[in-house]
Amino acid sequence: METLCFYLFAALAVVCGFLVVANPFSRNPVASAMFLVLTIAALAGLFVLLHAFFLAAVQILVYAGAVMVLFLFVIMLLDLKEEERRSWRKFGLVGGGVAVALIALLMYAALRQSPLGAAGEPRVEGSTAALGELLFRQYLLPFELVGVLLLVGMVGVIWLSKRAVP
Amino acid sequence: MSVGLTHYLVVSLLLFCLGLFGVLVRRNLLVMFMSLELMLNAANLALVAFARYHHNLSGQIMVFFIITVAAAEVAVGLALIVALYRQRRTAHVEDLASLRL
Amino acid sequence: MMETLDQLFVLLKRWVVGEFPAAWRLWLSPLIDAGAIIGVFAGLFAVTTLLERKGLGRLQNRMGPNRVGPFGVLQPLADGLKMLTKEDIVPRAADRVVHFLAPIAMVTPILLAYAVLPFGRNLVAVDFDAGLLFFFAVGAGTELAVFMAGWSSRNKYSLLGAMRGIAQMISYEVPLVLSAVAVVLVAGSLSLPSIVDSQAGYHWGWLARWHVFTPWGLAGFILFLIAATAESNRSPFDLPEGESEIIAGHLIEYSGFKYALFFLGEYLGLFAVSALGITLFLGGWQAPVPFLAWVPSYLWFGAKLLGCIALFIWLRGTMPRLRTDQLMNFAWKFMLPLVLVNLVVAALWHGTAAWGFFGAGATRWLLGGAVLWLTYSALSHALFTAPGRGPRTYRYAD
Repeated sequence: METLCFYLFAALAVVCGFLVVANPFSRNPVASAMFLVLTIAALAGLFVLLHAFFLAAVQILVYAGAVMVLFLFVIMLLDLKEEERRSWRKFGLVGGGVAVALIALLMYAALRQSPLGAAGEPRVEGSTAALGELLFRQYLLPFELVGVLLLVGMVGVIWLSKRAVP
Repeated sequence: MSVGLTHYLVVSLLLFCLGLFGVLVRRNLLVMFMSLELMLNAANLALVAFARYHHNLSGQIMVFFIITVAAAEVAVGLALIVALYRQRRTAHVEDLASLRL
Repeated sequence: MMETLDQLFVLLKRWVVGEFPAAWRLWLSPLIDAGAIIGVFAGLFAVTTLLERKGLGRLQNRMGPNRVGPFGVLQPLADGLKMLTKEDIVPRAADRVVHFLAPIAMVTPILLAYAVLPFGRNLVAVDFDAGLLFFFAVGAGTELAVFMAGWSSRNKYSLLGAMRGIAQMISYEVPLVLSAVAVVLVAGSLSLPSIVDSQAGYHWGWLARWHVFTPWGLAGFILFLIAATAESNRSPFDLPEGESEIIAGHLIEYSGFKYALFFLGEYLGLFAVSALGITLFLGGWQAPVPFLAWVPSYLWFGAKLLGCIALFIWLRGTMPRLRTDQLMNFAWKFMLPLVLVNLVVAALWHGTAAWGFFGAGATRWLLGGAVLWLTYSALSHALFTAPGRGPRTYRYAD
């Protein structure tokens, strides 16, 4: 049951991720955004399989609810035409492909070498209470700093999006 | 075969590579940005998997911070894209070749 | 006897599941839950459309529907038949796939949200330890549905309507979530059944310990209701669908069954968010007075839900629609500061819970109430006297 769910969500995540970056049918940013939403939902499913229930909910709430809606809003605001059927530059395609393949190879080799697979039985339960305990005790300073970061981001966005007064 | 840490890491690796490929190849600023999000999400998955299999909740805390920072990053980045679009009427990296606004 | 009646549905489900072989039980139990939720709330939807039309009719000094069946009670049936038999039109320029998926994307997440709501004692589909977060997370899916509908129709009115709708939903989600956070802070749990449990019992044997009877709870409930009205796109916040301005907004290119699905989604969202408000502030399925505690819990929940729906109908019949700038100003300049102060007041309330001297309760009440009232009056004063605000001057209409 769990194995089936894993393969289902993993396949969904990877296929939709592929359609985000290289959709053969549409070059429209909206299509990419929609598939990114699906990828995020599949990842939330994987989080649930990893017993990180709180993070799964946060993932959906923040990514699907806020980040992607922001993306879609900007797409609507800008009214982008499809990438005007520009051809993909051969150099970029080949170079990008080679670079990605090399990195994939590197990481896969690292994965093979390190004794990760023997990490033992899964035991950690991501209960919300335990997470909160950790967040507000051990990681209190980073938590506050992230709050400050959000404030800075907010001020920056407001300043950026204000039209210059002529 | 039961699902282990390696399985999750392979999925994460695939997603990360897809995101990287998108950033390198796509030329639309918005799609590049989405590919970046994909890479961040791949990292999140790896962290949650590590947290589960290494009995350490700190990985989940890290994901929490990544999600927060990503939200701030998207807000600022999209504001920049909109500001740029207002100046140049384009969101295509190849049209953004000159340094002067 | 009353105990059995209270647990009727729980026992009934346990009996039905027990009748099946063990291998099926794992699948059957959630299926029964889902079927029951869909059945009950789709039925409530039919009843509510009738109630709303009748109620609005009375508010506007007319009869409302009274042709189909006695007193028009079969009107929902006729409406349903009409919707089902209407032609389903897809604009030629539309993105067919997204246009088709949008109504489904509207209804599915809202139905998911019902999974964590406790409708009675032990009557909850999933007791999830981050239930409240789950509710808001799936609720966010409706924003995507609005976008999908507006964008795929390739119609400037639907795009404008979707932009308005999404801007409004994002803006009002902040006060909605923050007013719920105050409850989480005091109850110390994100799980909805345990939030209900935190409101059990009575002060001095007669006043229920509901959160709405605390200063922060009262303010929070009012803010929650306002934000919920805006979230479910109802009057006076129905700008995304304003008929006179953008002719139904993102719904303009929808007809027949797809339109009915959007309609269903909107009402289901209204029920869900009312149910959440009841769970958070009005004590969920708890009885308001101890001597009525024998009435089955789900009946109390239903009564409160119907009360909330009546309130929303009343609001719709009473309030005029806002302008877009008023809507945004109200969310960001009025509700957001107030809801943040409310959070501080809730923290104060929680921090002073140990006060034991005589009149401690009254002192806490007055303290919290005073802080909230001062903020409220200062904010309204500042907003009314700000440049460009205040009484409206008409340039052309005079």
